Amino acid sequence: MTYLIDVINALALLSNFVIIPAIAYGSQLALGALGITLVFGILRFANFSHGDLMAFGTMITILITWLFQSYGLTLGVFPTALIALPFAIIITALFCVLIEKTVYRFYRLQKSPPVILLIASIGVMFIINAIVRVTIGPNDRRFFDGEKFIIKAGQFKEITGLNEGIAIKSTQVLTLIVTIITLLLLFWFLQKTRTGKSMRAFSDNEDLALLSGVNPDKIVLITWILAAALATIAGTLYGLDKSFKPFTYFMILLPIFASAIVGGIGSPIGAVVGGYVIAFSEITLTYAYKKFFIYLLPENLSPTGMVQLLSTDYKFAISFIILVVVLVLRPSGIFRGKTL
Amino acid sequence: MSDSFKSTLAFTIMALLLFAVGIFQSWSLSLTILNLCLISAIMSLGVNIQWGYAGLINIGIMGFAALGGLAAVIVSQSPVVEAWQVGGFGMIVSFFIIVFGVLIIIVIRKKIHTIMLKRFFIFLVIILMMILLNKFYHPAVSAIESVNPAKTGFLGGLGMPIIISWFIGGLLAAGVAWVIGKVTLSLRSDYLAIATLGISEIIIAILKHEDWLARGVKNVTGLPRPVPYEVNLQNTEWFINLVEKINIKSLDRIIDLSEKKDLLRSLVIESSSIFVKLCYSGLIVIVLLIILYLSNRALNSPWGRMMRAIRDNEEAANAMGKNVVKHHLRVFILGSAVVGIAGAMLTTLNGQFTPGSYQPLRFTFLIWIMVIVGGSGNNLGAVLGGFFIWFLWIEAEPISIFFMNLLTSGLSESSFLKSHLTESAPHLRLFIMGFVLLLTLRFRPKGLLPEKVRRV
Repeated sequence: MTYLIDVINALALLSNFVIIPAIAYGSQLALGALGITLVFGILRFANFSHGDLMAFGTMITILITWLFQSYGLTLGVFPTALIALPFAIIITALFCVLIEKTVYRFYRLQKSPPVILLIASIGVMFIINAIVRVTIGPNDRRFFDGEKFIIKAGQFKEITGLNEGIAIKSTQVLTLIVTIITLLLLFWFLQKTRTGKSMRAFSDNEDLALLSGVNPDKIVLITWILAAALATIAGTLYGLDKSFKPFTYFMILLPIFASAIVGGIGSPIGAVVGGYVIAFSEITLTYAYKKFFIYLLPENLSPTGMVQLLSTDYKFAISFIILVVVLVLRPSGIFRGKTL
Repeated sequence: MSDSFKSTLAFTIMALLLFAVGIFQSWSLSLTILNLCLISAIMSLGVNIQWGYAGLINIGIMGFAALGGLAAVIVSQSPVVEAWQVGGFGMIVSFFIIVFGVLIIIVIRKKIHTIMLKRFFIFLVIILMMILLNKFYHPAVSAIESVNPAKTGFLGGLGMPIIISWFIGGLLAAGVAWVIGKVTLSLRSDYLAIATLGISEIIIAILKHEDWLARGVKNVTGLPRPVPYEVNLQNTEWFINLVEKINIKSLDRIIDLSEKKDLLRSLVIESSSIFVKLCYSGLIVIVLLIILYLSNRALNSPWGRMMRAIRDNEEAANAMGKNVVKHHLRVFILGSAVVGIAGAMLTTLNGQFTPGSYQPLRFTFLIWIMVIVGGSGNNLGAVLGGFFIWFLWIEAEPISIFFMNLLTSGLSESSFLKSHLTESAPHLRLFIMGFVLLLTLRFRPKGLLPEKVRRV
């Protein structure tokens, strides 16, 4: 009986420090990776400005949140950012369409090689980065309001009588719910609607799709709007869960690329799976399992070290390592992506 | 306009800009900019070898520059004997464990053909390696890092003159590029870009967190110099005489003897810092000219012609019997070595190695903008790009502050918008960089000095 409680304690410990944070982080990565994958599937280039686009979307959300707060408009226990989000999506989408019209369209019509578009996206990255830093500054911003915890570690311990508590932050649950809704909508759009189907056709075989009367300009515009919406949602959720800092959003580009490529770039399901794969590996590989094993193993077998596979210093590097390994061993990713 | 006239004109304008900085701001600043322009030019030559000659996208420049910096530390610092005594053995054993492990994995990959069995054995070897490393590596690391952590806490270096590190930095970068190239060069171009970006971040992460190597984020400061120190110069007979001779006119105008002495003193102090910077410029110019000469020779040789052929049509070159992957690997190594040399020079110039300061915007993407704006495929173009973009990067700040002041001149002094906008003006340099890149890409896709197309 006591052993059973030990096992439950060990599981609670693992959920609190590994599973729940990884699910939240994974959802944020998945949404970001979907944006990269959509742009890659339709426009066929790796968009280096996506991380900064996320920062832009989040910045707009924060500005609108401040505006609402100044009018005393809040959502009670929920963060005010939720009502700001739709407006932010619209503005970011318009911004993306503007960039498409002024920058990318020219190269698309010229049929430039994807590499040129990639370099152009580096230019766009610099410009968005500057806009964000000039508008909101390079510092850390917290914009979360409302109830912080759904259940605190102490409360959990009291209710269950266990030694280990599970704390669930409201942002974590929020992230999961918003992600599920977004994914359902996106997949419904891609699978069921006429526009979604023509997008998939365009991604699969451009020439055939054009022959069948698909309007490429419309497809590209919709792709950018979707990418903007996904970037804004992903960025806002990440910012709510942690905090908003332009530099962090630039650095998150690599885990997002890693997620998209691990899952198979161009494949939406792959992007989602990839996001969770990256998040879980980052957290499971750097977690120190000492306490976990103390619960599970008999006393004389208790570990003496930290039982940590990699030092937390390398938390960020793990996604790059996975990225490089996947690129080398199976460049097409888990889902053999290329088309939507 | 002929090509040579165009490049002469461009470089003359560049020189005039630097002169203008010297006259309107200060000569010391002008020389600082010039030195970094020269180093940037070498870096962009390295990128040009990869992108301009062969069409390889390497977005991991930062990693190779940092390796060059590491070489500067390892070459110039004197060895920490105590650290070697407590941890040297463990480190050497760990090194051999890794080498043997990798060799065994390579053998397994070659000899065992069943996929499941192969993966199982590789997994086994990796686990075994981790257990062994746990026995030797971690104790050695903590032993080394606890030796006088405030000052050393690392293995130290070879204690040789730092100028040797410029060569060693190139070799180190080339060696790492060989490993990376072996693994990644078979990838498609955009995958290669992402992979190299990831690898450069891994290199920086290792340099930041492996304190036994080069003190990590604790930084190594006070690297020895290849040129004289200002303080020594100020007390050297011939230098004071030289300053006196140059400034004889203004000195003669003063009659009071003690006043004259004071003026001479301040002139000596000012000129000593300029003299040191000039020494650096001289050294860097020599390296730049050697690399430029060699790159131009390579570009115009049959080898360069073959590289361009591979770049322009890989399949055709392959069909002609050229081993594309092998040549890509070579050019990748060459370009990375040049970047490594520049990285070592940069660390030498700064006099310190700070892994935390390596950021992709500054060390990777900025260099790329230099090459694209200058003219990919043209060595002189890459050099010009290095000069022009670095100049813009530095001068963008005063320019943006000027424009922000102009823009907000209508607002009142205390206005929130005004103070916010003037405060954030320095970030506008990013905007200018992106804008210059996009403009070039759109209206002058071949760069300021385009590649010469030879027709027979």
